[in-house]
Amino acid sequence: MNTAVVVAGIMVLALTLYACTGIADYGAGFWDLTAGGRDRGRRPRSLIDNAVTPVWEANHVWLIYVLVLCWTGFGSTFASVMSTLYIPLAFALLGIVLRAAGFAMSKDAARARMRHLAGWIFGAGSFLTPFCLGTAVGAVLTGRIPVGNAAGDELTSWLNPTAILVGLLTVAIGAYVSAVYLSAEARRHGAPGLQGYFRARAIAAGLAGLALGVVVLISLWFDERQMFDRVVQRGWPLLLASLVLLAATFLLAGGTRMWRVRLAGAGGIAALVWAWAVAQYPYLLPFSLTVQDGAAGPATLRWLLIWAAGALLLVVPALILLFWLDQRGELGEDPATSRAPTLHEGSAQA
Amino acid sequence: MVESVDADLLAAPAQLLPAREQMALTLMFHIVFVPFGIALPTMMLIANFKGLRRNDPVALTLARRWSHAAGLTFAVGAASGTVLSFEMGLLWPGLTGRFGEVFGLPFAIEGVLFFLEAILVAIYIYGWRRLQPWTHFWLGLPIPFVAIGGAFSIISANAWMNMPAGFTIDENNQITNVDPIAAIFNDALPYELGHFLVAAYMAAGFTVASIYVVGWLKDRRDRYHRLGVLIPLTIATVLTPVQFVVGDLTAVAVFEDQPAKFAAMEVVTDSGTHQAEVLFGRYDSATNTVEGGISIPGLNSWLAGGSVDTYVPGLDQVPPENRPSNVTVVHWAFDIMVGVGTVLLLLAFWFFIAYWRRRDVPGNRLFLWFAASAGVLTYIAVEAGWIVTEVGRQPWIVYNIMRTEEAVTNTDAGTLWISFSLIALLYLSLAIGTITVLRAMSRRWRRTDRTDDDLAVYGPRPAVEEGAER
Ligand code: HDD
Ligand code: HEM
Ligand code: HEM
Repeated sequence: MNTAVVVAGIMVLALTLYACTGIADYGAGFWDLTAGGRDRGRRPRSLIDNAVTPVWEANHVWLIYVLVLCWTGFGSTFASVMSTLYIPLAFALLGIVLRAAGFAMSKDAARARMRHLAGWIFGAGSFLTPFCLGTAVGAVLTGRIPVGNAAGDELTSWLNPTAILVGLLTVAIGAYVSAVYLSAEARRHGAPGLQGYFRARAIAAGLAGLALGVVVLISLWFDERQMFDRVVQRGWPLLLASLVLLAATFLLAGGTRMWRVRLAGAGGIAALVWAWAVAQYPYLLPFSLTVQDGAAGPATLRWLLIWAAGALLLVVPALILLFWLDQRGELGEDPATSRAPTLHEGSAQA
Repeated sequence: MVESVDADLLAAPAQLLPAREQMALTLMFHIVFVPFGIALPTMMLIANFKGLRRNDPVALTLARRWSHAAGLTFAVGAASGTVLSFEMGLLWPGLTGRFGEVFGLPFAIEGVLFFLEAILVAIYIYGWRRLQPWTHFWLGLPIPFVAIGGAFSIISANAWMNMPAGFTIDENNQITNVDPIAAIFNDALPYELGHFLVAAYMAAGFTVASIYVVGWLKDRRDRYHRLGVLIPLTIATVLTPVQFVVGDLTAVAVFEDQPAKFAAMEVVTDSGTHQAEVLFGRYDSATNTVEGGISIPGLNSWLAGGSVDTYVPGLDQVPPENRPSNVTVVHWAFDIMVGVGTVLLLLAFWFFIAYWRRRDVPGNRLFLWFAASAGVLTYIAVEAGWIVTEVGRQPWIVYNIMRTEEAVTNTDAGTLWISFSLIALLYLSLAIGTITVLRAMSRRWRRTDRTDDDLAVYGPRPAVEEGAER
């Protein structure tokens, strides 16, 4: 293995984690948006609020890490993608900011009207970002990004059937994994009604995703035959794994062993991301730039790897601590400062 | 893209202006949240420590509220920082595409450190209710250090743009011998980092103090407001004289490293000794002269080299196409920063004397009005300082190596103007939203003052209610 490939692998890993966490958060925003009127949607929304807030920023950072790794390790790829895909990526960014604004507002908006507005902002952002990021993936996948400063077509590179379908698929993926996580979360809070509610949504979104996946493949067949062959010939075990895990979540989501459900949901998404990566290898930009040709100098790659190991040592324990405390119920919204105080506050204990 | 073969090399592409405007707007927005991210955790931990050691519920309340404010500013800072990461490619593909391998590593370090900070902040904020008090404090303790690490890396990237290092350009105009560690520890890092960290603590300190000083002015003179003024104000005022010295060292270092920037910030038109210090005034680029302003003979040479005989190169030594495009802006920004620094120095000494005599928040209303405006003043200095650094480096994006117009995207200028307008609108509403939420927070805190809130800083939190009432 040479360092450039390892760095590319780390990038795909970060992307996988982003798909399993960050994109899932956008999915939660989608369910927030579609939960219905204020009364009907209150219970699911309260669960979503509770599930998403403590880990929000942590999930979000994976995307930044992908960007930074890309411009440090594969600068010309980064420059080519960002400049040709200016429009969808600027919209993805818009969604991120909208979502953050909705998040910040809803966190403290005591008044119902403000909360409602925040929910809409949050929801709109939650659709825009995964969709636009998905179209960008579609543009890369179909080889529409040549090397150079805005060298590709700024519109047709992403405004084409395959890319748009990949965008929709990304939205469906987010909705699916988040519904899986939320059904597990509902179980943890002892809310069987909500568990069923999100299980039904997980199945609906999973089936929609499956259908979209098939349509993406068909579209790819017409659009970029060479890439289609690579996806199918090299990626089939991963696609199969993804299918099996999808079915597994359907079966498990009504049960009691919720960590399995989460794992199966995340695993299915990870398999899809890796199917894409495997199909593209060794190209960063199909079919013009390879990992080797597009990589940074050896010293930079070496330091990126050293730092990745250091990052693992720093971040993994902290993440484990966060999730461990969270799962033990040691973490939670602090009602006295972030919401209007409720009456049954804990007793004095300084 | 049609390449205009004989185009005037110096004619700036149409997309340069919107790209610069967008970068400047988003950076100047982001930087507002940065001092809070760096310094607020320190203040909240000091209050937390005081509260636990002295069994002081008021200090604990402050700590807890500051942690929530830190959480909010952290979230907005993270979102606006994400915008910047995208923009490094959306707006400046020429920079990241060519030099990403040289100066990208600190961004990778920063990404991880911010991630760590986000996790620790989340644990701290969401751990108030259930964690053991001292465990909670210890879990929060790494946050300020991680934040300083993040500032170190990002400032290192910026310092590299000012003093590029860690690579060579061969005869084929290719980058070789890349040494990312040499790039991180470039010559401008020590002074930029030192000066900026002090500025961040000052900005957050004066701003937080301002808020409680306003309460003090409204005769809310309880222990809560006393601590709320004294903790941040002590930090900020102690650092103010330090900043005066560090700022001076920075100016001397810029004089040696980046003569064109120094000439612009001091509007030195003609090279020579016995340079006068000119306050404000207007620079005319056509004739290379300054109109108006107040001139103090010899002072500039003396500040730069310790004697009026110091030779200071002027803008006349810089070829016109390499002069900062907006000398007047750089110069005014510099004078404003130094002016604010001087005014704050007065405030600091006033506070030291008054506190030494009364051991309390000074009661003098003039002092209080002065202190109440200190937060805004410091922020003006921070923004002005960044204008000196960034606009003063023009026309270079990488000093003496890459011009800004070589780095800008080839995306259509119209698209850029649209995205710039959208971002401007969005940021405006984000700013309004953030302020609204912070005010709503503080209003509600005031309502609940001395009620259930103070009693139960640590303690079990209520169970998650399914369908809680809103
Ligand atoms: C609290 C805010 C504050 C105060 C009171 C001062 N500064 Fe400052 N200054 C900054 C906040 C700042 C800053 C925003 O933090 C900058 C921008 C880039 C940087 O590293 O620090 C900066 C930049 C900056 C630069 C440009 C550095 C470069 O381009 O590399 C110089 C020469 C000075 N400062 C000099 C001074 C002097 C002589 C001061 C007088 C006492 C002074 N500053 C007070
Ligand atoms: C956070 C505080 C900062 C502020 C307020 C700031 C401000 C500015 C401003 C005002 C400009 C526009 C220059 C002009 O119009 O002539 C600019 C440009 C730019 N800055 Fe900064 N800057 C900051 C830090 C940084 C850092 C840390 C970097 C890291 C690499 C950076 C990278 C850039 C780039 C790439 C440009 C565009 C090219 C240029 O016009 O020089 N800035 N910044
Ligand atoms: C081109 C310039 C810059 C880029 C690309 C950038 C990037 C980012 C990113 C991606 C984040 C979010 C990290 C997360 O989600 O945890 C962030 C937040 C932050 N940035 Fe920047 N940044 C820039 C300039 C600066 C400067 C000059 C500073 C000053 C030290 C700074 C300090 C911070 C801090 C402390 C945070 C944490 C958020 C907070 O506490 O408010 N950034 N930045």
